[in-house]
Amino acid sequence: MGTIIIYAIAAMAIAGLILSLVLYIVAQKFKVVEDPRIDQVAEVLPGANCGGCGFAGCRGLAESIVKAGDMENKSCPVGGAAVMAKVGEIMGLAAAESEPMIAVVRCNGGKCNTKQKVVYDGVMDCASANQNFSSEGGCAFGCLGLGTCASVCKFDALHVSEETGLPVVDEDKCVACGACVKACPRKVIELRKKGKSSRRVFVSCINKEKGAAAKKNCDVACIGCGKCEKECPFGAITIENNLSYIDFNKCKMCRKCVAVCPTGAIHAVNFPPAKPKPEVAEPKTDAPKVSVPKPEPKAVETEPKTAEVKAEANTSENQTTKSE
Amino acid sequence: MALLTVSGSPHVHSEQTTQKIMWSVVIAMLPAFLVAIYYFGISALLVTLVSVASCMFFEWLIGKYILKTENTVLDGSAVITGMLLAFNLPSNVPLWMVIIGALVAMGVGKMTFGGLGKNPFNPALVGRVFMFLSFPTAVALSEWPMPHPLFGGCVTDAVTGPTTLNLIAHGGQLPALSDLFLGATGGSFGEVSALAIIIGGIYMLYKKVITWHIPVAFLGTAFIFAGLLWLIDPSQFVNPLYHLFAGGMMLGAVFMATDMVTSPVTHKGQLIFGAGCGLLTIIFRCFGPMPEGVSFAILIMNAVTPLINKFVKTDKFGYQKTK
Amino acid sequence: MATFKKGGVHPEENKLAKDSKIEIMPLTKKAVVFVSQHLGAPATCVVQKGDKVKVGTLLSKAEAFICANVHSPYSGTVTKVDVATDFNGFKKPAVYIDVESDEWEDDIDTTDTLIREIKLSSKEIIDRMKDRGIVGLGGAAFPTNVKYMIPEGKKAEFLVINGVECEPYLTSDNRIMIENTEEIFIGIEIMKKALNMNNALIGIEKNKPEAIKIMAEMSKNYPGTKVVPLEMKYPQGAEKQLINALTGREVPSGKLPIEVGCVVDNVGTALAIYQAIQKNRPLIDNVLTFTGKSVTNQKNLLVRVGTPLQEIIDYCGGLPEDTGKLISGGPMMGKAIMDTSAPTVKTTSSILVMNEKEAKRGKQTNCIRCGKCVSACPMGLEPLLLATLCDQKRWEDAEKECVMDCIECGCCLFTCPANRPLLDLIRVGKNQVGALRRARAQK
Repeated sequence: MGTIIIYAIAAMAIAGLILSLVLYIVAQKFKVVEDPRIDQVAEVLPGANCGGCGFAGCRGLAESIVKAGDMENKSCPVGGAAVMAKVGEIMGLAAAESEPMIAVVRCNGGKCNTKQKVVYDGVMDCASANQNFSSEGGCAFGCLGLGTCASVCKFDALHVSEETGLPVVDEDKCVACGACVKACPRKVIELRKKGKSSRRVFVSCINKEKGAAAKKNCDVACIGCGKCEKECPFGAITIENNLSYIDFNKCKMCRKCVAVCPTGAIHAVNFPPAKPKPEVAEPKTDAPKVSVPKPEPKAVETEPKTAEVKAEANTSENQTTKSE
Repeated sequence: MALLTVSGSPHVHSEQTTQKIMWSVVIAMLPAFLVAIYYFGISALLVTLVSVASCMFFEWLIGKYILKTENTVLDGSAVITGMLLAFNLPSNVPLWMVIIGALVAMGVGKMTFGGLGKNPFNPALVGRVFMFLSFPTAVALSEWPMPHPLFGGCVTDAVTGPTTLNLIAHGGQLPALSDLFLGATGGSFGEVSALAIIIGGIYMLYKKVITWHIPVAFLGTAFIFAGLLWLIDPSQFVNPLYHLFAGGMMLGAVFMATDMVTSPVTHKGQLIFGAGCGLLTIIFRCFGPMPEGVSFAILIMNAVTPLINKFVKTDKFGYQKTK
Repeated sequence: MATFKKGGVHPEENKLAKDSKIEIMPLTKKAVVFVSQHLGAPATCVVQKGDKVKVGTLLSKAEAFICANVHSPYSGTVTKVDVATDFNGFKKPAVYIDVESDEWEDDIDTTDTLIREIKLSSKEIIDRMKDRGIVGLGGAAFPTNVKYMIPEGKKAEFLVINGVECEPYLTSDNRIMIENTEEIFIGIEIMKKALNMNNALIGIEKNKPEAIKIMAEMSKNYPGTKVVPLEMKYPQGAEKQLINALTGREVPSGKLPIEVGCVVDNVGTALAIYQAIQKNRPLIDNVLTFTGKSVTNQKNLLVRVGTPLQEIIDYCGGLPEDTGKLISGGPMMGKAIMDTSAPTVKTTSSILVMNEKEAKRGKQTNCIRCGKCVSACPMGLEPLLLATLCDQKRWEDAEKECVMDCIECGCCLFTCPANRPLLDLIRVGKNQVGALRRARAQK
């Protein structure tokens, strides 16, 4: 009995010795020298692996930063400046200033401002629907409202509103990873500067048709009239292909364009409410439905003056839409 | 006029729906059910009703309160599971056991995975094997109720005796093949009549619910393999026809192995699946400790199905050498 | 009787308009003609606002290799060159014409006399095809002349003529085979001459006995052209399946029919080629079927390109009250019409009216892995697997499972008992994989 135990122990010991030797040799032979900073950088990154930085996961970004030795054009949209400052510390580099961005839905057609022309009966995927028809409202550029962007958002920051049929960005949750921008087959969503206290001015339309054609399908389409371009004191607005675009790097948030836009296609969000003017009738301000996110109940999206203009443009059409 | 509808092509659809398929299977099981009532009387009817009712009830309960999905009870799949589970039981089984078996079949076998279409194993077989192992005295009997034509007896004083498979395994006077074919034999009450099951199978083939691949491969392999054994040593192994008509072979090949959800999707895969079932069944029957092996064979092949689906592909058009 | 080997389904045939003679649709007053009406590079518009055009005047010119000319189907004044909405609701460049009369260009023979003698040489025929804007009328609108430029080292052994019309409801090919029989045969003679060969097979499904009889009778006068009746099975009219049914050959994945020595064309294209070569008539009209179960007035109409769909509908007596969906093309591969103000194009083969009940898809349930889609797929693919991969956006895996071989025939969705939107998902996958491949090719 005793000899069996001794043999067993001996055999195990010899096997263990040989295997550990093999392991040691292999480890030496195939040793990979990895910069320890990669681990350190990866440690401070959020670890959500959202791919918003353009690399395959957080470790991909870490590797790229350490190997290149610089942080140019590399940033973490999720962690923002705070995280990049920490990465800068590890790397001994100054973090590049990057302004926080946010996803912006540039379409305000939806169920309220377009008249439904057909019923879509297919798979709830915008890419699929885009192969079959323009949209239920008839606009071949705007949002299809089937929520592919919401389905790809890893941060639960996008939801399609039942009322308007348009996606709404939750400003607190959106980290500007850009997944929705890539998923949208019509490029309705754009990453724009988040702006001071989340205040932004943008054109909520991407329809490139001529004014009349655009207006035929949608009450709040940009008709490319050019009033905003002329009004803008900073040269931030350009009109191309019948469509106005506000350069968020030049825009100083004066909101003059918002006031002149005849269709209410230019949105200003999160500005404090202006003093109500007596001539604006109460029910009228309710008429236009705007899909712009309203995280704080008191924030009003536009100045009353714009609202009035929009109200005039929309009241008749809105009533027909509602009656159906 | 209402608004026009827009959707991708095609714009027409065949008449076939999941519900129709499931109810066709239920209809196909009726001949075997009638034979069971003929031979085992009201108790077979009672066991089946309890089994079907509890399967439907558990599917509804779990779907409504745990999965919170749409009500799928009427799609017929729970009825099939209930009937198949009952067909695998002796007619004198206590009804509370049937209810527990149904709970395991639906709960563990099907709804855990998300309901119809997602279960890797045939739920009826899961229930049956659970009962087989948990209540061996009541379900895995060596003495089974014997057939008693035309409502001859009630549950308590039914005559019992060994099944044909027990006789094969342990020796004894085998019944005539014609009795086996028609169903005048002891055993689980749904599997006794090969003829009734074959009629159901032909109905399903006609309705295009199943294809011939699985049953033919199953029975063919079993017949050939059992035949080889018989040729080698006729004293130890029985005539392969007994294997085909006795026990759950027919029921398994026609109704259980052909379950769409748990069998491969390609015809080639189905042939392999059927052949595997046939081979394993005969191995279990001839060399295993228990007289019956159909349920285990099918469950094992169910487990292999994802692998078959992954590796056995169809011949794609345009990939073979033309010259 | 021959048919293709793999898969296929049997939809209800519903050839309701098969006995309605071809009627000539009156000219529209305001026509809209799309600048590009083919598969390939866009054509360039060569007319301007205010130009006077006649029937046959060139409207847009093909400048790329795979491209086709478009000629004016009307005489009148160009009112504008702008975008117009197609029936899917998308905008495309188009020429708006105010129709004034029906005056033809002088070099076009508008008489009915049959011209049997073929004067042009092979090269001249192909050039004339390009000049007259002939595209494949089977549905894809591929410029026909490109098919006849046989690449170096290949030889056309079979000219396969598609008279199958396997799509339910459609009857336009059936009608032209009955009414324009000899023109089609002369067209085939021209095609054979262009290919320098004499072996044509016309495949016709057996549900068109009248067409088979007339065509077979006529084929006696044209040696080298054989009519082959085929078993009914959808999608027999698909290029690869038709070649398989008639010659037993399999076109390799990703290759063209010429790889196995075949050139495939539709009977409608044969008729258009006859008119282009013998009469110098450009492709400006085609026969379309106005049909549907609820339609009382089943019609086969000869319609000029650029006629608004609504006008055709009105001409046929309007839409029934319970209309739920309109389809351009057959019910298996056609596209749903969103906007009836859109004009017809060269390949508009039907307006199919479906009632509200037929218009909606059935309720979707879980996949039960029945494998019916696998058995039905004529390309031997596994639609249930492809659809899952595409749904999960696993494009590379879908590519490995040969998603690009899908011909979008719709058999999988047709046969699925659970009403899974298989083809919708696969189509998205094809699009994505196509984009991936183009991106790879650019690198």
